[in-house]
Amino acid sequence: MTSRTDHLTHPHTPSTTQEVVAGTVTPVASGEGHGARRIVRALPAVVVLAVLAYLPYLPVELPGVLPGRVNGPGSMQLLATCLVIGGIALSYDVLFGRTGLLSFGHALFVAAGSYLLTISLSTWALPLPLAVLVALALSTGLALVVGAIALRVGGIAFAMVTLAFAQAASIIVMRNPGGVTGGEEGRPLDRDAVPDLLVGVANAPYRYWLALSFVVVAWVVVTALVRSRAGRAMAAVRENEQRAAVLGFGTYRVKLLAIVVGSSLGALGGVVHALVLGGSNPHLTTSEFTLSLLVMVVLGGAGSRWGALVGGVLYTYADARLVEVSNAAFLQDLPVVVRQVLSQPLFILGVFFVVVVYFAPSGLTGLGGRLIRRSGSR
Amino acid sequence: MSDLVLLLVTGLGLGALYFIAASGLSLIYGLMGVLNFAHGVFMTAGAYAAWLTMGALPVGWPVAGRLVVGVLVAVTVGAVVGLVVEVVLIRPLYRHHIQQVLVTVGLALAGVAAAQGIWGADPRPVESPAWMSGTTDVLGARLPNDRFVYLLVAAALFAGLLALLHLTRLGLVIRAGVENRTMVEALGINVHRTFTTVFALGGAAAGLAGVLYSQYAGAVSPAQGGSLLIFAFIVVVIGGMGSLTGTAVAAVVVGLVQQLANYYAASGVGDLSVVLLLALVLLLRPTSLKGATA
Amino acid sequence: MTERNPSAPESSEAAPVLALEDVHVRYGGSHILQGVSFDVPATGVTALLGRNGVGKTTTLRSIIGLAPRTGRILLEGTEIQGRTTARIVRGGIGYVPEDREVFGGLTVEENLRLVDPDRGVDAPVVARLFPDLVSRRGQRAGTLSGGQQQMVSLARVLLRENVLLLIDEPTKGLAPKLVTEVADVLAEVARTTPILLVEQNLPLVRRIADRVVVLDAGAVVHRGATADLVADADLTRELLGVSMRRAGVA
Repeated sequence: MTSRTDHLTHPHTPSTTQEVVAGTVTPVASGEGHGARRIVRALPAVVVLAVLAYLPYLPVELPGVLPGRVNGPGSMQLLATCLVIGGIALSYDVLFGRTGLLSFGHALFVAAGSYLLTISLSTWALPLPLAVLVALALSTGLALVVGAIALRVGGIAFAMVTLAFAQAASIIVMRNPGGVTGGEEGRPLDRDAVPDLLVGVANAPYRYWLALSFVVVAWVVVTALVRSRAGRAMAAVRENEQRAAVLGFGTYRVKLLAIVVGSSLGALGGVVHALVLGGSNPHLTTSEFTLSLLVMVVLGGAGSRWGALVGGVLYTYADARLVEVSNAAFLQDLPVVVRQVLSQPLFILGVFFVVVVYFAPSGLTGLGGRLIRRSGSR
Repeated sequence: MSDLVLLLVTGLGLGALYFIAASGLSLIYGLMGVLNFAHGVFMTAGAYAAWLTMGALPVGWPVAGRLVVGVLVAVTVGAVVGLVVEVVLIRPLYRHHIQQVLVTVGLALAGVAAAQGIWGADPRPVESPAWMSGTTDVLGARLPNDRFVYLLVAAALFAGLLALLHLTRLGLVIRAGVENRTMVEALGINVHRTFTTVFALGGAAAGLAGVLYSQYAGAVSPAQGGSLLIFAFIVVVIGGMGSLTGTAVAAVVVGLVQQLANYYAASGVGDLSVVLLLALVLLLRPTSLKGATA
Repeated sequence: MTERNPSAPESSEAAPVLALEDVHVRYGGSHILQGVSFDVPATGVTALLGRNGVGKTTTLRSIIGLAPRTGRILLEGTEIQGRTTARIVRGGIGYVPEDREVFGGLTVEENLRLVDPDRGVDAPVVARLFPDLVSRRGQRAGTLSGGQQQMVSLARVLLRENVLLLIDEPTKGLAPKLVTEVADVLAEVARTTPILLVEQNLPLVRRIADRVVVLDAGAVVHRGATADLVADADLTRELLGVSMRRAGVA
């Protein structure tokens, strides 16, 4: 139905086009007090970061919230996983929330980062720094190729094609060619190839800090990207691709850039994921994981750093902890079938997701932002 | 020679399954622009409905009889689920294509999880009529009989849908709507009613695909619909999104390529060659695919 | 060939068939219609004029509910906000869109049967106004010439009983001879059904339109009899950026 709206997107007058561009650009440079305001704006993030960085020193129990002490290995591992996935959700938001690309193939690049790291370390016997570089370089190259092909179609067809590519990766991993991916078992991390600090139950806090650093890196990269010229072009593409083209943005290039940057960050997330969880798991390649990334970003709030991060963290936390719900006392009187269904975290998350799409289209952070009369941290 | 015949027939049988799964998807996409991730759940619903029905019917009945009843129930369940989903979840989001996709994604996750909670994640074996598990010798090849069933059902479905599209008022509205929904509406035709009908129709076809795929796999499992769905997506894209004949041709090609590559190259290469085929199609003739904007 | 209706301009004795009151349309951050108000009298042709991109097509689309709007739109005195497009059209507003929008994969017959399942090409109005289509009933509409497609697009709408027709640039891209043919059809139709016509071809407007409404930047800037606008060359140039005299007469 493009033709019916074409006349609306033709450049009517200079004033309307300016209006749209201005509306999509984050109001970064807004006059005096700019530096001070920037610090104030960054304050919540800095405070949250400080609190999170301090958690491994907190020997407090939070019954029902975390398993054991906050700085115990169980809690640390859970929180580290939540953070990694949160960072990966942040990387996916570069495509979905920032550029409006409905990709179902993001898992492909996360899995590529994860598997290429474990394979580089074990099969190719590379030292860790080199292995990380190899994993990132190959994943980025893959993103370039897959993105260039998939972008030949738009909209919904793009979603289907990216899904197909991710599925191909899943098949390869499951078939375990030459024994490098480990099939259904996955590929464990070569413990001798990584620093001792990242190995073992007792060192969970270090893996937690590693995960936290990844989130910081992802946050900084996304912030810099969004504020750059490319980021503005991405926003223009998201708001109205035809108009962006009319305004002279090379929309194909802009979208490819978003895919490459988002996927590289995702691959870095995969690398950290492998280090934190001690190996590569085939679950990372499944369409379910790809779909869950989309769910996370929408749950939290697409197109916002807080939204994607919070969505990723909450989703992972809920997925891990919701199993407890089925044991809750108030559920014991319900029919068996209802309890069986409620025992599935993904059922609750799926239903909750549908509710959010209907009633809180800007996600949980958007909702929270509206409630406290702040427009979030776009 | 006998190997080739076997491969061709099994490939066609697989293609038949893909067509049955993709036909509803293609109609729904073509007319409404909705990428229906819940289609896999419709298939799973059909498969479990048939499995439960077959289990509930008296054991004294012949398996074939119970299977036929099971298929009828599956088709009905698929249609009802499709109808309800369209009316309750899709229609309020009319013209918000991304949100519609998101809702079906949520349904897909929740549906699979619900099936897993109730019947467990492990595959449950399904009964097959003895004849369907047997083989027939043709040109020296021992051909599994079930493939003929899939081919027959797919051919009947294809003919039925073509007749529907070209001989009925509903079909005329669908064909016009696939070209230009808004204009159909602007001619005073209530296209929403057609949407609901097409969703129910797609759900029915999905239910059918679900049962037949569980016969093919010999078991029902919660994730089954999802794995068939991905190939159905590929078929829909290669077939040209919304063209029934294109979907049929693409389904046959994908089924054949998969079987031949699996045999002549290595097991698993077939699935990959299908994705490669998709990439090739996109590179060689991207313009023939409707690059639907959102 | 057709006489202009002499009593039409600015006559307010009869109730208008359609009234727009302070209609606004916003789309993707642009404010396209900024308070459009005008009446369409129940007879003859009202031409909606203006430069490219001032909101003429959007005005038509807002009337049949294809563009989300605020403000009032009254069809024979009744507000039609909230009705679906299909219901508005069935309520008597026929819409012939810009660029014809025939269903290219469907035959001429099928294009018409979509609106009138029982008669299609056999409807008397088709034989009377578009004899060419009868012989092409089995041809795919996508293979027709632009002029023939325009005839299909017009015929489709005329199969219904309409209280008003919205017709968007029916002569766009047509050869001069076909422009005359389309103009003849419009003049004929206008004898029985009022038309709100968007048209860039000023000689055509001059020939068949009784009155004009001129838009600029999403608002009405002029209303009046066609003859008055034509008579005032400066006004024409100011409003439309062209000289009607120089544009010649069909």
